[in-house]
Amino acid sequence: MSEEKRPEFWRWAETNWVNPDIRWEDAQFITLGIDVGSVSSQAVIMADGKMYAYGNMRTGSDSPNSARNALKFALGKTTLTEVKISYCIGTGYGRVNVPMADRTVTEIACHARGANFFYGPKVRTVLDVGGQDIKAIRCDEKGKVTNFLMNDKCAAGTGRGMEVFSDLLSVPIGEVGERSYQVEKEPPAVSSTCVVYAKSEATGLLRKGLSTNEVLAAYCSAMADRIYSLLERVGVEPEFAITGGMAKNRGVVGRLTKKMGLEPLKTSWDTQLAGAAGAALFGYALCQKSKGKGK
Amino acid sequence: MLANYGYSDGSGNYFITIDTDKCNACGACVEACPAQIFQVVDEDPNDPMNEEPLAIVVAGKKKKLKYECGPCKPSGDNRPALPCVMVCEGCAISHSW
Repeated sequence: MSEEKRPEFWRWAETNWVNPDIRWEDAQFITLGIDVGSVSSQAVIMADGKMYAYGNMRTGSDSPNSARNALKFALGKTTLTEVKISYCIGTGYGRVNVPMADRTVTEIACHARGANFFYGPKVRTVLDVGGQDIKAIRCDEKGKVTNFLMNDKCAAGTGRGMEVFSDLLSVPIGEVGERSYQVEKEPPAVSSTCVVYAKSEATGLLRKGLSTNEVLAAYCSAMADRIYSLLERVGVEPEFAITGGMAKNRGVVGRLTKKMGLEPLKTSWDTQLAGAAGAALFGYALCQKSKGKGK
Repeated sequence: MLANYGYSDGSGNYFITIDTDKCNACGACVEACPAQIFQVVDEDPNDPMNEEPLAIVVAGKKKKLKYECGPCKPSGDNRPALPCVMVCEGCAISHSW
């Protein structure tokens, strides 16, 4: 029996990029930030605190290899080699497993710093919706954390949940946001964001005759509800920014914006990179403090 | 910085908040807590530019606070003061439930 390859609806595009305007040879410090998350891994290389190159890919089953692969992917389009990197900071869920890291920093500090870099110093509230956790962070104009909350006990309302849903409903993950708005009437939110419960509830809704798009809408609004309740705990102060993969999902972001009555800032950068970018910036700051000299 | 350790799930919100600006790393909470929830670390894991020691919630206990703190929180109206909150010199510790 020939096995047909099942399409992977949850799979998102892996990307790498290099800044053509920067010559790394001219930089005093080249710093690397590696963010090994539960779902995705990013490597960001900065030349004197400016974005030089990045790689964004899926975390495999092996954290040290994921870190190495992400770095290799980021270096892929450059002439830079690993030995030229002055300082490397590991962050994210798998930060203790980044073999080349000179030190580790929690993802909370890195996301605040990265959001400050991507969205500018006016950001006061950062929401990071990652693969398996949600972080609500308040920070000052320098990107220093003033209040934070991380819910990593359960994957409800996170990227992982969205992946499960796109797979269940056979909708490519990049189209979930758009399609959740292609409904005549907004359906009520599913009552639970727990991935397992919501999945069985969605199956029930489909049987009741709701369209795929309506079920997506119901789940997106349940996610927005859950994220909002976490944000309320730390309090929201404008300006507001969203990092992490969920920032690319218009279905959740749009519904959250409506609830909050506050428009999130926009960036041309890939929002998944915020943690790794923050780590690279900390590396640069530590190099300047001459703490990181001589690797 | 207000560091909120804990989680919210279907049954409620369980967060211990440590105000790092008020924490002087005396370690009294480490001694006082019967469940060994606190530890004093050399530098703030959430602020790499700050090298002051401070108290944090032990990583492995963060997701179990409801149960770890249970013995100090009997149900009923007259709940005794929590040992960690009572001993903290800077009044840096608070509980959300």
